[in-house]
Amino acid sequence: MDESQNDKKNNRRKFLRVSFLTGLSVVAAKTVFADIPVDPENETGEMITLLSPDGKLVKVAKEKINYMEKYISPEASRQGIPHRKFVMVIDLAKCKNARVCVEKCQKAHHLPPQQEFMKIYLMQESEESAPYWMPKPCFHCDKPLCVSVCPVGATYKRTDGIVLIDNERCIGCKFCMTGCPYSARQFNWADSPYLHVDQPYSPETSVPGKEGTVSKCDFCPDMIRDGKMPHCVTGCPMGVIYFGDQLEDIVTNGDETIRFSELIASRSGYRHLEDLGTKPSVYYLPPVNRQFPVDRGFDHPDEINQRYKDVPYVKKMHKD
Amino acid sequence: MEITKRKQEMLKEFLPHLEKTSFVWYAWVTFLLAAIFFAIYCLILQILKGHIITGMRDNVVWGVYIVNFIFFMGISYAGALVSGSMHLFKTTWRGPILRIAELTTIIALFIGPLYILLCIGRLDRLPFLFMYPRIQSPITWDVIAITTDLFGCLIYLYLSFIRDFALMRDSKDIKLPKWRINIYKALALGYQDTPTQRKRIKNVTNIMSAMIIAIAIIVYSVLAWIFSVTLQPGWHSTIFGPYFVIAAVFSGAGVIIILMRVFRSIYHLEKYITKQHFVGVGMILMILSMFFAYFTFSEYLTKWYGSKKLDDNLIQILFTQYFWQFVFSNYVGTLLPIVIMGIPKFRTINTITFAAIVAVLALWMNRYLIVVPTLETPYMPIQDTRPEWILYSATWIEWSLTFGGIAMFCFLFTLAAKIVPIIPVSEVADAELEMSHALAHDQENLNALLGKSTKKHVILKKEDHDL
Ligand code: SF4
Ligand code: SF4
Repeated sequence: MDESQNDKKNNRRKFLRVSFLTGLSVVAAKTVFADIPVDPENETGEMITLLSPDGKLVKVAKEKINYMEKYISPEASRQGIPHRKFVMVIDLAKCKNARVCVEKCQKAHHLPPQQEFMKIYLMQESEESAPYWMPKPCFHCDKPLCVSVCPVGATYKRTDGIVLIDNERCIGCKFCMTGCPYSARQFNWADSPYLHVDQPYSPETSVPGKEGTVSKCDFCPDMIRDGKMPHCVTGCPMGVIYFGDQLEDIVTNGDETIRFSELIASRSGYRHLEDLGTKPSVYYLPPVNRQFPVDRGFDHPDEINQRYKDVPYVKKMHKD
Repeated sequence: MEITKRKQEMLKEFLPHLEKTSFVWYAWVTFLLAAIFFAIYCLILQILKGHIITGMRDNVVWGVYIVNFIFFMGISYAGALVSGSMHLFKTTWRGPILRIAELTTIIALFIGPLYILLCIGRLDRLPFLFMYPRIQSPITWDVIAITTDLFGCLIYLYLSFIRDFALMRDSKDIKLPKWRINIYKALALGYQDTPTQRKRIKNVTNIMSAMIIAIAIIVYSVLAWIFSVTLQPGWHSTIFGPYFVIAAVFSGAGVIIILMRVFRSIYHLEKYITKQHFVGVGMILMILSMFFAYFTFSEYLTKWYGSKKLDDNLIQILFTQYFWQFVFSNYVGTLLPIVIMGIPKFRTINTITFAAIVAVLALWMNRYLIVVPTLETPYMPIQDTRPEWILYSATWIEWSLTFGGIAMFCFLFTLAAKIVPIIPVSEVADAELEMSHALAHDQENLNALLGKSTKKHVILKKEDHDL
């Protein structure tokens, strides 16, 4: 590949990425309300152009912008972000169980150490096959059984593909937990300090959690509305996780921005347990040409490493 | 008029149970109430501290509560099916055990749904089930089905009570406080046993008995679908509907036998509940245990033989960790009733009761094996270090609530037996009368036959007809 071609490609990538992000920020800006003067002493007189809710461009003094719009009520969270269909691609070839995604997600969602929206499995299909690390969020299925079985509509599928839980509606029957074949859901078994966060509850942030209800990975729509990537995507030092919009056909891991369809086609992307027919929105790239040996993933306290003791590979390792 | 007299006579036999309350009765009721109150205490604890005090965790999200739910609902449907079909098919010996079956139906139906409530994390939001119902959800189907069933069974039960209420209202010998007689009077709805009234009540009862059979089958299938609509390897099965219905009747027949045995000794009903009744219901138990064994076998055989990876995991854990429970519930529990009922020499009242007890326990265990091991072998391997998050074991809270439910069942039964005779007096007296009419009719026929056919030397013994 010569220089100019490379450049062109990079440029296109840049363009795509910009278009995706501006798309998101317009959405974010749309919901901005100019309101209430802040601190008159700090006025710099700087003006900002914004898109008003009725589609007009307006100039507002920077100080006068109040970002209270970010709060999305449970009712409003049932509407998806328009013209989007979010997808995630996870590159198994690059994962070495660094667990940064898990930690970032836990921090953002105020989860106790043992509760993980993103879980990292050590998968090994059979004794002969190769082990690999598999990060697993909620798959935000297009045919989600968790949504079908919920008796009160506390969990719902939005137009942008995201499956959320409204913990002010959830009665805690746990039916969705038996319905989900991917063990994506967790129950808040007891009250804990983690559930007491001083911020208004929104299903888009899943914070604060509530005792006796269910929670799970939410694809961070609050971040998306801000034009940012979910915490796991930005957190991963290996760039394992790509996130993006299937309609725009673009995904990014923060370092590179690629066409979603090309990535899936060239790297033989697949979905986990496709035969169950739940149509996940999360794709995996097979663990071939690995960047790290699996053993690099055991660089953790015992408590973590012990989890994988039943995997044939680990059993064999201990024996040798 | 003769029949009314007979009824009053029979009622007189039962009046002592309604009128007098012994010390043992009080002791028993106190014991039951203690168990119930302790369960309520546990429930309050569970509400205050959260579900963390149960053994349920993120993998095994449902435990003995849901097992008890299926179990009690099963007993209830069995009561409905047994009493309904005995009524519909005019089983001649049904009389004395009809009321036991009906009471089982309704009492278990009150207790069963309480257990599903125990699985719910936020009881304060229960009204949401009606405020935001989603018809796609099998839980909504269940809510509809159980309410229908409850109403159907209450009507059916009440219908079968009216005539006895009237009897007690009219009884001269009854020594009960005035207010109780007044209650009977109100409940009897002015029933006077006129031919039209009698015919009407008979027709309505027939319709209702057919209806509750249908409702019971539908409701229990809906319950089975809660499990089989999910993709879990141990649950996603097409035969779960009929399998659950069979299992329900199986356990219910067992419970009815146990109750027959209990009331027979306490109330000295040897005259009414005879060995014939035990053999009769025992036969139902045997036939159902055959069906049940057949369903269980085909369910596990196909899982084991074809052995997809996840089915294989399930079979593995059933045959290692749950080996003895599996053997008890699926071998002992099904074979014992077949052996005891199948060999006439073994059939005594006590052995039949024993078989029933084993069958009931085995069936409870079988439900446990359907719920828990399945949840312990999900699609994504369980990779956790906390043992209680991997394998389920019920805590004392769950056991107390389980025993609380059983105590409640016994308590309501004890109470019901204080309010109405445990034998449907009118029904039994009517049956007696019909029987004697039939006998007289037979006698006439016989005489006629003998008179006409002396030449042909046909000899018919009366006993041949008697059966
Ligand atoms: S992965 Fe599970 S919880 Fe997430 S959408 Fe699919 S079925 Fe629902
Ligand atoms: S636990 Fe909550 S979200 Fe899940 S099915 Fe029940 S009500 Fe719906």
